[in-house]
Amino acid sequence: MAIDRSYIGRQGKPVTMRVEWGKIREFARAIKDDDPLYFDEQHARTEAGGVWAPVTFLQTLRFWDDGRGSVRPPFDLKRTLHGEQEYEFFKPVLAGDTLTAVSRIVDLYEKPGKRGGTMTFCVTETDFTNQRGEVVARARQVGIETGQVVKD
Amino acid sequence: MPGVTRFWEDVKEGDALPEVRAEKLTRTDFVRYAGASGDFNPIHHDQTFAEASGNPTVFAMGMLSAGIVSRAVTGFVGRPNVRGFKVRFLTRAWPGDDVICRGTVTRKYEEAGEKRISGDLAAVNQKGEVLIAGGFVAALPSRS
Repeated sequence: MAIDRSYIGRQGKPVTMRVEWGKIREFARAIKDDDPLYFDEQHARTEAGGVWAPVTFLQTLRFWDDGRGSVRPPFDLKRTLHGEQEYEFFKPVLAGDTLTAVSRIVDLYEKPGKRGGTMTFCVTETDFTNQRGEVVARARQVGIETGQVVKD
Repeated sequence: MPGVTRFWEDVKEGDALPEVRAEKLTRTDFVRYAGASGDFNPIHHDQTFAEASGNPTVFAMGMLSAGIVSRAVTGFVGRPNVRGFKVRFLTRAWPGDDVICRGTVTRKYEEAGEKRISGDLAAVNQKGEVLIAGGFVAALPSRS
């Protein structure tokens, strides 16, 4: 893909996401985490004010996005890698919350690949706001389109 | 650690986080994470697609390994205390691979009115190849 810097600053439509206990349990099981904060509602309420979303749970935003919330350049899936992922947490994210997520492309740049070809990097940030209008978390993702099929 | 409070004063720079291990990842683990996360990129579950993409077989989503790494942090400070978590994906995890996660506290400081710690994270496979390098920030309760 020829780099098109006009993508920078592009913002997706706000996506509304409900944080559901069943989904939290399913997610915790998938990362092999048996922390009772995710599985035992009574314990979670007593210990921590409710059932918390696991650290990387906000990835499940994609279930709530009909496609208009995400902003990505048209990368080829066969050559796309997830380079980096970061989360900052400002407030609790608990089962029962309703979050609104807004994503935007904050950077798009190219670098020569180590094994030839050009790699294109896309940096996306997503802000999550809860039902009380509090910004609870920010996710930052770096996606990479490699110049050729990925080899380790 | 649920039910256990770790105070800021009791943590030292250089302290190791308890190791977290997920042994012998299976294709079923990838499918379970696909369902849980919504990441249905076929490169992680569809052998035909994976081969057509030049790969010997399917490989784990980076975020599956990242989720396993996050347990090293939550096991040490408790989920509510996590303020930041960052991972960089270096090598892919394949079916049969172990994901072995370690972390170290590198800094104690005060920020945003909280007593905080930050540190490094790494996940390696059974051959010692680094799958993920990362870091974390946490706020801990104080005795004072």
